[in-house]
Amino acid sequence: MNIISCIKQIPDTETQIKIDSSGKGIQTADIKWVMNPYDEFGVEEALRIKEKKGGKVTVIGVGPQRVVESLRTALAMGADEAIHVDDPAAEGGDALATARVLAAALKAVPFDLIFCGQRAVDDDNAQVGAALAELLQIPLLSVITKVEISEDTSKVKVQRPVEGATWVFETPLPALITAQKGLNEPRYASLPGIMKAKKKPMAVKKLGDLGLSSDQVGEAGSKIKIRVLTPPPERQAGKMVEGETIQDKGAALVKLLREEAKII
Amino acid sequence: MANGIWIIAEQRGGTLRKISFELVSEGRRLADQSGQPLAVVVIGQGIAEEAKKLASYGAETIYIADAQELANYTPEAYTGVLADLIKEKQPNIVLGGASQQGKELAARLAARLETGLAMDCVGLRLEGDLLIAKRPIYAGKVFAEVVCESARPQMATARPNVFPVLEPDAGRTAEVVTVSVAIKPEDLRTTLVEELADQSGKVDLTEATCIVSGGRGMKGAEHFIILEKMAGVIGASVGASRSAVDAGWRPHSDQVGQTGKVVNPNLYIACGISGAIQHLAGMGSSKVIVAVNKDPDAPIFQKADYGIVGDLFEVVPILEEEFKKIM
Repeated sequence: MNIISCIKQIPDTETQIKIDSSGKGIQTADIKWVMNPYDEFGVEEALRIKEKKGGKVTVIGVGPQRVVESLRTALAMGADEAIHVDDPAAEGGDALATARVLAAALKAVPFDLIFCGQRAVDDDNAQVGAALAELLQIPLLSVITKVEISEDTSKVKVQRPVEGATWVFETPLPALITAQKGLNEPRYASLPGIMKAKKKPMAVKKLGDLGLSSDQVGEAGSKIKIRVLTPPPERQAGKMVEGETIQDKGAALVKLLREEAKII
Repeated sequence: MANGIWIIAEQRGGTLRKISFELVSEGRRLADQSGQPLAVVVIGQGIAEEAKKLASYGAETIYIADAQELANYTPEAYTGVLADLIKEKQPNIVLGGASQQGKELAARLAARLETGLAMDCVGLRLEGDLLIAKRPIYAGKVFAEVVCESARPQMATARPNVFPVLEPDAGRTAEVVTVSVAIKPEDLRTTLVEELADQSGKVDLTEATCIVSGGRGMKGAEHFIILEKMAGVIGASVGASRSAVDAGWRPHSDQVGQTGKVVNPNLYIACGISGAIQHLAGMGSSKVIVAVNKDPDAPIFQKADYGIVGDLFEVVPILEEEFKKIM
């Protein structure tokens, strides 16, 4: 099977996010960049399917030079090839603009299955996978925690938890799956894996190579524009509930919740 | 010219979900401000009577797409129905729910319509015809105000539990329009094989109005029973921090935080949770936060409205008893 896994690089989740002087972006000076955790589940699942069914795993990422690090991590985990779309004009796009870049880059790559993370934990958009499935005209299976490929590799059966239930869907391949936590435990790259990754092919693409113009993608090709970023409403540290004993504190808290906060 | 505000209602098993009422209520407010008509689209099978409930919340037109192939939600079939209707009627704004189903559907629909979608919004307002959408990013570490000037319809999904539901007014009526449905075979490739009901019966964390959460201080899976018991008294759902989930004490679906669920209940009680930045990001928009922790310097106390310094194994059973007295 030919499996694609899409990767986005994001600021580590422990990062303090600060708004930059333009008011529309964040300060990037001290950020540690990592692979989006949901994309890691996608890479891991792609590798597990390859190990069972045979085939090839290709990882793809859009962004500046630093993205190579995350692509190499995926290669070190066991992916076979990487595609890096490295063109400033392709960056900063909304979901549809970014999906256009991915779709164009995948034109020449055969695939049976595509993985994306269910969302990137930076802009929390949860849209690129859906937009890519739409552009490729293939079925979309979102926020998936279990993937079973049929014996003859023609179909996939998945589990999708929703509020109060889990839906089991089946669809013919090719299809696009967005990965949710719980799908698997991603492996760490082994030392031999890291050594091997250095020699694995990494194709670098510019927009021109993909047959795209700069007004179709990136910020210029986006419909959604950020007007301004604001910090979240500041929460003041509240009251420490006091009392002689734990019993007193508990009673005082419940009283406050009822009478002051009026929440219970 | 594009005109009107549209709501994509959400139903499951023939019953409208709460988010549908929240959306119609918010749509009503925007419609009143701008003088645009408010319509709602309900998709399913045998849902006409249920759909009519939305009239009393302010929908002026109710489009009903009723077909056997639409009985169970799939993104492709529902997208096809909505895209056809939207292309024909050209509304200015289309709002959906930022629920599991709603986010997926809106994302695929926006791509098909080649328009912009503001996902998971907590604030919506109008400047003339332009929708200004406010949405948390980095799980709420920053808020972004976004607009879609160059395409129509302007799309947004609304986070559950954020937009208040209007009092229904039985005097309101709506025009009911049955949509002729033509579903392409390629939109029916995905089939629902089975629905596994969640046996816990608890409200999903993203929709819960009250959450009790446990962290590393719980010391083991077996101790979550004390949170379950207290939660039972106040009708809360039980969540967990990433360290509790990574330790294998709770399922992934219980995780609150930047890499788990972002929640916004009225009351969030954090027990034995120190308050790592990625956890605070996921629950910081809760209306009232209570923290119980042994360590008086735990960062969670900086975000909490009320804090108790103490051993949660002593505090939680006492809270349970105190809640019982007043519930």
